[in-house]
Amino acid sequence: MTGEEAQTNGHRIGVYVCHCGTNIAGVVDVEHVSEWAKDALGDRGVVVGKDYKFMCSDLGQELIQKDIEREGLDRVVVAACSPHLHEKTFRNATERGGLNPYLCEMASIREQVSWVHTNKAIATEKAKAMISGAVERVKEHESLEPFRVPIEEATLIVGGGIAGIQSALEIANAGHPVYLVEREPSIGGHMAQFDKTFPTLDCSACILTPRMSEVGVHPNIELLTWSEVEKVEGYVGNFAVTIRKKASYVINEDCTGCGICWQKCPKKVIDDKFEVGLGYRKAIYTPFEQAVPKYPVIDHDNCTYFEKGSCKACEKFCPTEAINFEDEDEVITVNVGNIVLATGYDLFDARRIPQYGYGRLANVFTSLEFERMTNAAGPTDGDIVLRDGVTAPKSVGIVHCVGSRDRNFNNYCSSICCMQSLKFAHLVHERTGAEVFNFYIDIRTPAKEYDEFYQRVLDEGTRFVRGRVAEVTDAARLPGEEGKLIVQVEDTLAGQQRRIPVDMVILSAALEPRTDAYETAKKFGIACSANGWFTEKHPKLDPVATMTEGVFIAGCSTGPKDIPATVSQGSAAAARILSYIEMGELALEPVRATVIAEQCSGCRICNDLCPFNAISYDAETELSEINIALCQGCGTCVAACPAGAITGTGFSNEQVLAQIEGLLMLNVEPQPVAEPA
Amino acid sequence: MTNEFDPVIIGFTCNWCSYRAADMAGTARIKYPHNVRLMRLMCSGRLDPTFVLKALAGGADGVLLTGCHPGECHYLEQNYKALRRVKLLKRTIAAMGIEPERVKLVWASAAEGTFLAKEIGVFVEEIKALGPLNWPQRAGINGIPVHQPEIEEVPA
Ligand SMILES: Cc1cc2nc3c(=O)[nH]c(=O)nc-3n(C[C@H](O)[C@H](O)[C@H](O)COP(=O)(O)OP(=O)(O)OC[C@H]3O[C@@H](n4cnc5c(N)ncnc54)[C@H](O)[C@@H]3O)c2cc1C
Ligand code: SF4
Ligand code: SF4
Ligand code: FES
Repeated sequence: MTGEEAQTNGHRIGVYVCHCGTNIAGVVDVEHVSEWAKDALGDRGVVVGKDYKFMCSDLGQELIQKDIEREGLDRVVVAACSPHLHEKTFRNATERGGLNPYLCEMASIREQVSWVHTNKAIATEKAKAMISGAVERVKEHESLEPFRVPIEEATLIVGGGIAGIQSALEIANAGHPVYLVEREPSIGGHMAQFDKTFPTLDCSACILTPRMSEVGVHPNIELLTWSEVEKVEGYVGNFAVTIRKKASYVINEDCTGCGICWQKCPKKVIDDKFEVGLGYRKAIYTPFEQAVPKYPVIDHDNCTYFEKGSCKACEKFCPTEAINFEDEDEVITVNVGNIVLATGYDLFDARRIPQYGYGRLANVFTSLEFERMTNAAGPTDGDIVLRDGVTAPKSVGIVHCVGSRDRNFNNYCSSICCMQSLKFAHLVHERTGAEVFNFYIDIRTPAKEYDEFYQRVLDEGTRFVRGRVAEVTDAARLPGEEGKLIVQVEDTLAGQQRRIPVDMVILSAALEPRTDAYETAKKFGIACSANGWFTEKHPKLDPVATMTEGVFIAGCSTGPKDIPATVSQGSAAAARILSYIEMGELALEPVRATVIAEQCSGCRICNDLCPFNAISYDAETELSEINIALCQGCGTCVAACPAGAITGTGFSNEQVLAQIEGLLMLNVEPQPVAEPA
Repeated sequence: MTNEFDPVIIGFTCNWCSYRAADMAGTARIKYPHNVRLMRLMCSGRLDPTFVLKALAGGADGVLLTGCHPGECHYLEQNYKALRRVKLLKRTIAAMGIEPERVKLVWASAAEGTFLAKEIGVFVEEIKALGPLNWPQRAGINGIPVHQPEIEEVPA
């Protein structure tokens, strides 16, 4: 080896500096930088230094391809925009030139240099430093091959709201098996509780029930209601999921769903789930008439037999002997290739804002209570009445943004409450003729036909008061307030404090993540945002995928949204999964960690560090091993192994250290050298 | 050029939140001091303390580590591991006679370009106040000022 080859390690590197029109060239002296790369970095292996107007254009990419062929390049550095934009583009160009795509590295001199600095000399020097880092790093790159995993055909869907139902039907209709796990006795989710849906006001049950029935009878869907996922093992293509089917004490094979059992059951229980506390159910029950499946369950904690040792009325009256008090939980394991989490939302607990009086003042209702009240099959048979069950209100106040857009609770907008409040205003107006006040901060009606609906409600005479309600009180001070609820609000349009007496107040409560969303996320190896909504792989470009391959999210579990958006996400998740099933196998990014067996001391320090449980200890060999299909390549174990026995392809110590060295080889300005302290 | 101390800072960003925060700062054309040279790790949990020592030994005056906010790490909770490591590391470098303030951890989400830019500004000021690290001796080669890592000569 000659002296020069020793320095370059025989590498032949091409450095390409993009102008990005004037985006980069306006601040960085790109011609100078490309010249410099060829001259000053020549002894570090750079043989080609070029600049070009748009490197990502076809011509720019061809430049790389041709140079690889003609100049015999073995590494490529592209100094341009962020790798999050064009890493794939330049890897592909590198591959077309005949090199392994992973032998390419980018330096982000647009986002990190020309767009954030103004001084041309300094920006140019910094661009050089960034390229210097990339050149050192790329020498340590290795050729990598994506690895392939086969995809199991079946899919698991968790949550049987409209999102889960939609996903299940799309996949099942394409001919593939689906397991749909729902923790309640019936699928349907929140939509099953509503009467009308905005903006078209079509009846919720009329559009939902056919979908639910379709799920119930679909030959490709195995419906596992009254069940919960306990454990998830494996990885994309091949998950093993342990599911607990809770004891229902009803033999579904024998049950006809006739309903005699719950008619005969003597134990009345306040239904705080489906009827949100406004109505009753029995200890043996289905949550609502059109429940799917039709089989009831016995609520163990409230059943007289389990409490006192005698009763069994249901068993006595069941015409098909379908009751079995000896029933026990059953734990099953299913193998699936992909998973959809569609676990929905919980309603904000309005008691947390005591000044609005919910739970203290009888005629303050939550939005879900109102939904049940307006439902013809609900506890008041659809009558809008005060808590006494008979009196129709003459005036109603609807408070928007309860627990949303509020620094004390949730900063976010719950997205549906404006429309839902307008829907309520319309229903009150239509059914009672009462005077309606909507107290809002801003009206947000951006989707199709939403603003038209707002106009319609305006035309109906609903009064809109802009301002956040300070208090709802029954303490009358002025004439006409006696026996009323008084809404105290600063009317920010009129610029004055107002007290508006009404008979009924409805709180449009925020949509919040499920209280157990974090545990669910952990179980499935995905992340939650600070608010607790499931985190998308990319908020714009990949909204139904997650960082864990094969685990998808849909509906309100990812954030508040209306039914059309929920359904779209359900279909989108299904489409992603169908394409995986169609492909049969998946190529995964080879950015993974591996244990070098010879160096592992078996200390097991790494074992508990991996969030994806990819690292296991083999008692026989006394070595740790990494399952590369589970590893997501975070690199934490690489950093932690005291023996340096773990190496990360694509993010090895050698690569990182070389880049640090490269970044520091060039300084922006000479510095005064002071004596070390 | 002035004689004012112009520090060099190596910044490690995780691929998911904080690198995207840097992208965001760029897209929004938010200006911040040039002193920070960022490089990408997949996750803040990847930070091997050696990287920091290497940077300081190689001539950096400070090291910035950025990651996703607690609870938002794309590898679930690896940033907590980074947090612990940085604490230990600060103690280690203090024992080596380096001000622990030369290493800083900042959480920035992909949407917090402005915040990241601001934090970079703050850190640069902090490092300026501390003065040059001068851990290695410096020498100019080929007219380009080059840091010569001579780790052996580092005062303990
Ligand atoms: C008062 C009110 C009125 C509304 N009115 C309208 C309207 O008129 N029009 C409109 O477009 N939108 C409306 N919305 C919004 C609508 O409710 C949602 O868009 C939609 O219901 C979301 O469906 P989903 O499937 O994502 O969640 P959900 O309906 O919440 O369903 C989730 C399902 O998952 C189950 N589940 C949860 N966790 C688990 C677990 N760990 N294991 C198993 N199962 C689990 C739940 O039991 C539930 O069945 C309204 C919302 C509210 C609060
Ligand atoms: S930390 Fe390193 S040496 Fe210890 S078990 Fe894991 S791989 Fe082996
Ligand atoms: S790199 Fe991260 S994901 Fe991969 S095995 Fe190590 S700790 Fe687990
Ligand atoms: S991915 Fe950002 S800190 Fe882990």
